[in-house]
Amino acid sequence: MSQVQAGAMKALTLRLQDELFAVEACDVREILDLVPITEVPNAPEFVGGLINVRGRVVPLADLRVMFGMDRPEPDQDTRIVVMEVEIDGEPTVAGILADKVHDVTDIEAASIEEAPKVGMRWRPEFVKGIGKRNGGFIIIPDLGRIFETQGARTASIAASEERSAS
Amino acid sequence: MSFPDPTETFRQEARELLDQLESGLLDLEQNPANDDLINSTFRALHTIKGSGAMFGFTAVAAFVHEFETAFDQVRKGQSPATPALIAVALDAKDHIHELIQDPDASPSGGEAILVALRNVLGNTDVPNPVLTKPSERLREPDTASTASEALWRIRFRLPADSLVYGTNPVLLLEEIRALGPCTVVALTDTLPPLDIIDPEVPYIGWQVDIEHEDPRSAIDDVFLFLKEGMELSVEPLADATAPAAETEVEIAPAATTEVPAPAPLVPMHKPEPKAVAEKAAEKDPAVAASSSMRVDAERLDELMDRVGELVIAQARLTQIANMSSDANLKTIAEELERLSSGLRDTTMGIRMVPIGTLFSRFRRLVHDLSRDLGKDIEFITSGEDTELDKTMIERLADPLVHLIRNSVDHGLESAERRLAAGKPAKGTVRLSAVYAGAEVAISVTDDGAGLNAERIRAKAEEAGLLAPDAKIPDAELWQMIFAPGFSTAKEVTSLSGRGVGMDVVKRTIEGLRGSIDVTTSPGQGSTMTLRLPLTLAIIDGMLVRVGNGRYTIPLAAVEECVELPEGIEANARGRNFLDIRGSLVPFLRMREVFGTKAPLEPHQKVVIVSSGEGRVGLVVDQIIGNNQTVIKQLSKLHSSIKSFSGATILGDGTVALILDTAHLVAFGQSYVDQGRAA
Repeated sequence: MSQVQAGAMKALTLRLQDELFAVEACDVREILDLVPITEVPNAPEFVGGLINVRGRVVPLADLRVMFGMDRPEPDQDTRIVVMEVEIDGEPTVAGILADKVHDVTDIEAASIEEAPKVGMRWRPEFVKGIGKRNGGFIIIPDLGRIFETQGARTASIAASEERSAS
Repeated sequence: MSFPDPTETFRQEARELLDQLESGLLDLEQNPANDDLINSTFRALHTIKGSGAMFGFTAVAAFVHEFETAFDQVRKGQSPATPALIAVALDAKDHIHELIQDPDASPSGGEAILVALRNVLGNTDVPNPVLTKPSERLREPDTASTASEALWRIRFRLPADSLVYGTNPVLLLEEIRALGPCTVVALTDTLPPLDIIDPEVPYIGWQVDIEHEDPRSAIDDVFLFLKEGMELSVEPLADATAPAAETEVEIAPAATTEVPAPAPLVPMHKPEPKAVAEKAAEKDPAVAASSSMRVDAERLDELMDRVGELVIAQARLTQIANMSSDANLKTIAEELERLSSGLRDTTMGIRMVPIGTLFSRFRRLVHDLSRDLGKDIEFITSGEDTELDKTMIERLADPLVHLIRNSVDHGLESAERRLAAGKPAKGTVRLSAVYAGAEVAISVTDDGAGLNAERIRAKAEEAGLLAPDAKIPDAELWQMIFAPGFSTAKEVTSLSGRGVGMDVVKRTIEGLRGSIDVTTSPGQGSTMTLRLPLTLAIIDGMLVRVGNGRYTIPLAAVEECVELPEGIEANARGRNFLDIRGSLVPFLRMREVFGTKAPLEPHQKVVIVSSGEGRVGLVVDQIIGNNQTVIKQLSKLHSSIKSFSGATILGDGTVALILDTAHLVAFGQSYVDQGRAA
């Protein structure tokens, strides 16, 4: 969309199930091996966990939920990408579960296309663009929007919980 | 090393002085004949003027000057401290505050205040203050006669540590020189032999003979900020041609020098030079005793974070040590545990501030409210030395303002109604703080009309908060006043009645992990009690397990732990009550609340927690033990899940959620009500 700038995008590529995703490399803080995940009861599946990142409590998000993918148990390739995302204008550190992390690469801006409105399995507003590399596609997710939607949904769930409680 | 901006230091000091001034004035109003109060008011004014002029706040200095003059007359008994004078002085204090905050803005209103002041004093013809300096002349009648003396002899020696603290004697001498033509003689009699000289100690004293027309206070002003521990004498020289006689004049280091007060002239005497040398070398006790320092609040927060991390690391070490059989490791782990808990307490102690600093602000509020509403109010505070976390005190200011305003505006009746009800015309508002276990209870009490149950009910029904003819306990009805948009004031005044405020109060207090209780009795008045945890950063917690998850319950909220009777377990639905020594306590099966899928375990435990008046039992699978809990806020993604107030990191590095007991109790109580309704 309009946010896709000219020039190259420095991106970290990671795999979720069968799809290759790319996130802005400069937003990535670190990549961790799998750590113990604390489940948050009643939290939406997308952000159902908390992890300890160097003494900080950080929410762990599973993008596979938002893209309607299968969620098999973690294996030896599973990594946590700790990123800085903006939620309601507030910079927040969050972890993202990845089935495998590949490498940091340049994606030519020219090769990035807007997400097609039809013919896509995923909700188009979650996809910022689709890039091409080595003949394959790379999905560039719109993290800001995904997390924002999530915030709204948590709020509505909490509100209904409130209602049922009273 | 970075030096703080001196202007900022002045502002900070001035703010403290202004607070001091304000409380002095308010005390004075109660007690107009108290000399100590008058003197302290005068001194505060004088210091603000002096340091204001020094740091270039000339507008402040000029403005304060007239008030200083006025209070000087009060001090001398020439005019009384009338309520009118105090009212003007309070306005003036606000004006000074503005001037200091923003000297360039030159806020208007200063002239009006001065006019009001002159009217109060019945003296509209105030001469130009800067030229005649009436205050100085009045202040020192003893030297007034010598003020015409053109020659002064100043002798001074600096404290031993003054160079270390950045005092520059050359600048001092230049400042003196600027007052008039003078001769400066260095006093080298206390110079030690070269081999024992400490280059950072000023061994040299100075004697200055100066021609100076102005009163001696101008000379004193030069040394205004150096009085502590220095030797200083200023005396008129009758004979201009007198030789620089080596008369040793010494002012005893004034241990309790009140900064603005002019250094008293001690009769001349001649101590042995040796004694002087000792005096100069030895650390002045006053300097050594001034043990408080200003620290940036951010640094304290940083320190607290570090201590929090240390506590977590220590907990991990303890856990590892407990699993190992190495006696040495265990010893070290235990020692470290002791040290880190000591460090934790000390660090939290640093952040503790007596709540009196906050209370004193409200005296002014009540004073102004009393004037604006025409209600005579006695404001009583107690428990000022109760200490609370610094952040907490800052965030409590606004809620307390609202509560006090409410008490004064809605709570207290007018004088006529009070007399008609057989109460004294003067209303009383009490603000008190007491420790209650791991909490602090702050209450605002008035002896007014009390909450009006019918009006609150009507209003609540009107706002759709309450179904008509629904029966709810009184305590819950009172909680209605904290609902957004709720106000029972018939008329909207400038002070209250807009329905904003009480809901904000409640939110703020809950944000601080506290709660509000309301008690009231018709005709007798009402009490709002805020219950707050002592600190926000670290708490003692009880670790429990539900299914595979571990959760922390704030230990302060835990009342007792019991085993869940087998019989109750069987009939799972319907009877969710425990009989605890005769009283029914609802309980929540945390497995159900959390939707745990793990198989049910035998021997379920119940942790009884309380919040305010309510109690609830939390059924858990296992009680693991106590731990120190460093509270971490949840991110926005999880902030809307009400069952948790935060998270913490356990000894093994995993994250555990902290249960929000206030919310769970409320949730449990709603069970009770449903049970009653059914």
